[in-house]
Amino acid sequence: MIDDKDFSPAFVDRLTAGDRTAYAELVEKTSARIYGLALRMLSNEQDAEDVLQETYLKAYKALPDFEKRSSLTTWLYRIAANEALMVIRKKKPLQQSIELDDDNDEDQAPPEIVDWRFLPEKELASAETRRMLQEAVDHLSPALRIVFLLRDVQGLSVRETADILGVNENVVKTRLVRARLKLRDDLSGYFHERMVSEVHHG
Amino acid sequence: MDEHGHCKDYLKNFCDYIDGELPPELCDQLKAHLAECTNCTIVLETLKSTIDLYQNSAEGERLPEEVHSRLLARLQLDDNGISKGG
Repeated sequence: MIDDKDFSPAFVDRLTAGDRTAYAELVEKTSARIYGLALRMLSNEQDAEDVLQETYLKAYKALPDFEKRSSLTTWLYRIAANEALMVIRKKKPLQQSIELDDDNDEDQAPPEIVDWRFLPEKELASAETRRMLQEAVDHLSPALRIVFLLRDVQGLSVRETADILGVNENVVKTRLVRARLKLRDDLSGYFHERMVSEVHHG
Repeated sequence: MDEHGHCKDYLKNFCDYIDGELPPELCDQLKAHLAECTNCTIVLETLKSTIDLYQNSAEGERLPEEVHSRLLARLQLDDNGISKGG
């Protein structure tokens, strides 16, 4: 994960002073994570690459104004998250309102009870399961998806996630609960089918 | 679920429980409920597994070589000789 502990105050000073070597080091240390976030958010390699490049171009321009007391990690993720959300808005303009207004506390259906606790490791780690993991993420609304990806996949705290998205921690927690439960339900449906086909086909 | 009545009330605490953020009193109540409710236990443990699967899927991820090269070119960083990685 990207961690502020990796960036010393001296390094941040060099960055904000426009030191190209420090900038290159920032890119090397963080670009895989930023690309991973964009790819899962957008499920499209070209879009993810565009977001990656735009993130660092914008970061470079904004670095002289970076507040040194704040977190470089959340600052960089904020640029990337905004870029990714902008791509979604451009592609689906009608989704803009949904994305910002996704905290309706509608009655959730009771969770699927499928016991896949004892599935073998090779089933859980298969290429097909990996594809399913991304499909399930694609089914989340952008507002839930970005919270889940920042908190659970990028490993950021609730506070950091809230800071990046400019919402309060309770909003992050509520969205996180909904995202996790929905993903678990989708995975349960998928593993149920796998278990049934295993029984029928041996 | 719901064979023991209040499963839905417990469900909303599962995430805090997994994150170790559930207050002790609620934590004890949930543990007592889990001891007698197989369905909630399944949901809780598969919820934990779901999060683990996603976390594991991102570990050790690297930037594809060609994406890395195009990034450095776009940022005009491709001549400074800093080793690639991610």
